[in-house]
Amino acid sequence: MNQHKHAHDDSADIAHHHSIHAELPSDPALRVKALESLLTEKGLVDPATIDAWVETYESKIGPRNGAKVVAKAWVDSDFKRRLLTDATKAIGELDMLGAQGQHMVVLENTPDIHNLVVCTLCSCYPLPVLGLPPVWYKSAPYRSRAVIDPRGVLKEFGLELPEHVKIRVWDSTAEVRYLVLPERPAGTEGMNEEQLAALVTRDSMIGVGKVSAR
Amino acid sequence: MNSIHDLGGMHGFGAIDVERNEPPFHEAWEGRAGGLLEVMTFPAGFTVDRFRYLRETLRPDLYLTQNYYEQWMYIAEQTLLESGMASREELARGEAQAPKRNDAMRADAVWGFLHDRTHSGRDLDDAPRFAIGQRVRARNMQPTGHTRLPRYARGKTGCIATRHGAHVLPDASAHGKGDTPQHLYSVRFAARELWGEHANPRDSVHLDLWESYLEPA
Repeated sequence: MNQHKHAHDDSADIAHHHSIHAELPSDPALRVKALESLLTEKGLVDPATIDAWVETYESKIGPRNGAKVVAKAWVDSDFKRRLLTDATKAIGELDMLGAQGQHMVVLENTPDIHNLVVCTLCSCYPLPVLGLPPVWYKSAPYRSRAVIDPRGVLKEFGLELPEHVKIRVWDSTAEVRYLVLPERPAGTEGMNEEQLAALVTRDSMIGVGKVSAR
Repeated sequence: MNSIHDLGGMHGFGAIDVERNEPPFHEAWEGRAGGLLEVMTFPAGFTVDRFRYLRETLRPDLYLTQNYYEQWMYIAEQTLLESGMASREELARGEAQAPKRNDAMRADAVWGFLHDRTHSGRDLDDAPRFAIGQRVRARNMQPTGHTRLPRYARGKTGCIATRHGAHVLPDASAHGKGDTPQHLYSVRFAARELWGEHANPRDSVHLDLWESYLEPA
């Protein structure tokens, strides 16, 4: 893409789209099929590479990664300290940095402070530790309300916090990605790291849930 | 740009629809569209900020109603068109007219691609203008291009909570104007400053904001 193209009038981009939209298949499955076949023919994409991408997010990169980070922090106070002071470095030690998660910050939930993560402008999410975001995280209701009505949002997720708890909402406006470190639940004192990781939910690492001992 | 993507603080979208045990993709085509846009060959100089900006140019009614991965297809099509990598005729017919390239990403490169640690942090000699704890006001700026300063924070006063070092400025990078790195700050705004008296006095919202978005308060 050349510099001139980039710097041109923004309104021209939008007008351009309006004119191409009508010429494309309205069924999204047909539209992507046409696009994939065109790009394959032009040598701009390899279908086997798309297969590998899909398989990676279906079975290899997901919230089990983040759960391991959380469980390790619960049992290893030295790791927890490093995680809270330099999450990028600490998560890097576990080889869980990457696309949409190169610069990490971990937020600790306590009995007095509850952290909640949103991206009001698009869908920023810490992919290497949580995988692809759920549909609700990308939806207008969550994005519009998390910043103005966090207590109402949490109530919808079944979480009613006492009045004295301070809620901190983190709107992901830059390339910094946020992961919530939920509170370790009571009654888990005898559990090992692996057993603890199995308790940790995706929602608790976004800040819309707590972890229970089950 | 002041478009529908800037959703923070809006009313009227209703309850959050949470699906239990949600799969990564609901239909096979979503995975194809997602993967295609991630692993396709991009034009030189393409950035994540251009990606986000292109999504913002989607017609507001479509932005609210189209499936997320349909919106990704729109980004792919617009990228191909504006770079000249594919023509309108090729996109409309789904058939190539230009000769084939042979440098597409290979399947065995996906893991490395997804674990690439290349980041938006940059070295900057200039000292940060603001100190931790300093009161700052988000500027009342209304750019027609890409920005990461949401409307709900403009003109509001907050406090520098932490510094993230210098990072690529999306407002420049989305429009082919280079990295133009600036210091990036986590700014804490009291919920009452943003939303008025009905907000809980204990609550706050943190935003990551670039130096040119801010002025001393």
